[in-house]
Amino acid sequence: MIHARGLVQTFQAREGRKKTEVRAVDGVDLDVAEGEVVGFLGPNGAGKTTTLRMLTTLLRPTAGEATVAGYDVVREPEQVRRSIGYVSQAGGAFSSARAGDEVVDHGMLYGMKGAEATARGQELFSQLDLEGLWTRMPKNMSGGQRRRLDIVMGLIHEPSLVFLDEPTTGLDPQARANLWEHIADLRRRRGATVFLTTHYLDEADALSDRILIIDHGRIVAADTSDNLKAQVAGDLVDLEVSDPDLVAPAAQRLDAIAEAPRHGLPGVEIDGNHVRGRVQRAGKAVPGLLRDLHEADIALESIEVHRPTLDDVFLTLTGRSLRDAAETDPAGPAGSTSEKGS
Amino acid sequence: MRFLRESFIVFRRQLRMNLRNPAWVIIGMLQPVLYLLLFGPLLKPLITQFGATNAYTFFVPGMLVQLGMFGAFFAGFSLIGEWREGVIEAERVTPASRTALLVGRLVRDVLQLFVQALILVGLGYLMGMRGSAGGIVFGVLLTLLVGGACAAASNALALTTKSEDVMAPVINMVMMPVLLLSGILLPMTIGPKWLLNVSDWMPFRWVVDAVRTAFSGDFATSPMVWGSVWAAVLFVAAVAWGTSTFRKENA
Repeated sequence: MIHARGLVQTFQAREGRKKTEVRAVDGVDLDVAEGEVVGFLGPNGAGKTTTLRMLTTLLRPTAGEATVAGYDVVREPEQVRRSIGYVSQAGGAFSSARAGDEVVDHGMLYGMKGAEATARGQELFSQLDLEGLWTRMPKNMSGGQRRRLDIVMGLIHEPSLVFLDEPTTGLDPQARANLWEHIADLRRRRGATVFLTTHYLDEADALSDRILIIDHGRIVAADTSDNLKAQVAGDLVDLEVSDPDLVAPAAQRLDAIAEAPRHGLPGVEIDGNHVRGRVQRAGKAVPGLLRDLHEADIALESIEVHRPTLDDVFLTLTGRSLRDAAETDPAGPAGSTSEKGS
Repeated sequence: MRFLRESFIVFRRQLRMNLRNPAWVIIGMLQPVLYLLLFGPLLKPLITQFGATNAYTFFVPGMLVQLGMFGAFFAGFSLIGEWREGVIEAERVTPASRTALLVGRLVRDVLQLFVQALILVGLGYLMGMRGSAGGIVFGVLLTLLVGGACAAASNALALTTKSEDVMAPVINMVMMPVLLLSGILLPMTIGPKWLLNVSDWMPFRWVVDAVRTAFSGDFATSPMVWGSVWAAVLFVAAVAWGTSTFRKENA
């Protein structure tokens, strides 16, 4: 459905008098198969939106090529536009216009007849729990309702591929969970291919078949959530040792089965009575560890095994946690100039 | 055909939103009426000094062009609001022609200007303006052309700056010399020679002169030719600029 090779986007950023070229997207390759739900994950300013805007023909790539729904984004932008639905971060319905009018006009710009767009719009309103809001202005809707209205606009012409840019940003947890249901429905009910960007780990985890991780304008990983977690991070094993004097030998034994050093992870970590380390396939390794500890007469108060999160994956891949990356990077590559300004 | 249909969809949407919130339309119409009622009488005793005889036949054409320019200069402000809410982006992701996205909006602006022009001419007539019918029609057409040009430029500026805070001072900076050098309020001919020479470089002065001579029914004059040429040139250039900003990837 989507094939991109070597996508590059550069911007001129100005800092005082100095002009610098910023590579917001720096050689992105990606493939999305039909019917897949793919999460595009990365911190703010990593190049997510810029990549999305190139794939949706809103931005001409500086270099590289991409075909979307079988059409070239540079040479056949009109066919691409016909085949895709795009829900941008800003939405698309004017706050002081009637929701239904906006939806119908949008459909008509795709070449639909007025009656056809109205019927389709009303059907989508009921599917997305917006009954009775046809004549309401978006400014009088809740955040979740507005977001669903944006999705209705993106679906009015029945695209087979839907791009969602940060669909749940700014929503409260309930509205978020509700929207997730609707996004999952996109494939379940209409077999649509979905490409969504997010900087929420749980969102990518919950919705996507496959996750692409982007950082500094490059794809740093592309796999299923489980594989990403299994390959890179390993499980976190947390031992609480009963006797403080035996913490060091316990750490030694955990270190023997820890995978961490090989992956550049911090090694076994000691924190009071606790010893923590990353272990690949902990379920398999832990019984042996317990036997070792038992033979060495090291008693445990508790043992906990945590499955890795996507945050751990990101940390392993980039050396920073997603949260840190978002906080420290706004002025980094593709910072405010490209993402916020576009 | 497709282009016309898309332009019409955009136009109808804009008109619907305007009618829903007519405050700006009313303010826009009130302005020329106030000028006519409150400034027109001041011109009456001075009019013979301009080499004219009827104050309103002199004044209404200037007001028309002023309306065409200044009303339209502000057309872009509503576009910034739409851009901020993602409307422009949503329209650009449809297969609709980018030119239609602009033209639909321009037609709305020109229609609004046309209604205002009718009010102005009608009121002027009631107050004593006289002129040739054909000339008045031609003068209004020139005004619509200039108004369309200003609206297109304003939309282009709006999509380029994307900020009311940047756009407002720019428009003010453009408006001041245009107002002072185009002879809208007082004819440039009563000033010193150097000021007249400077105003020769102001395209809008030629348009004002052209509309004025048209009202008097005098078509075969050099201001008429220059004014018409300038109006056409401004229109084509501004629409080209406007279209290119709608086409531009970063808009």
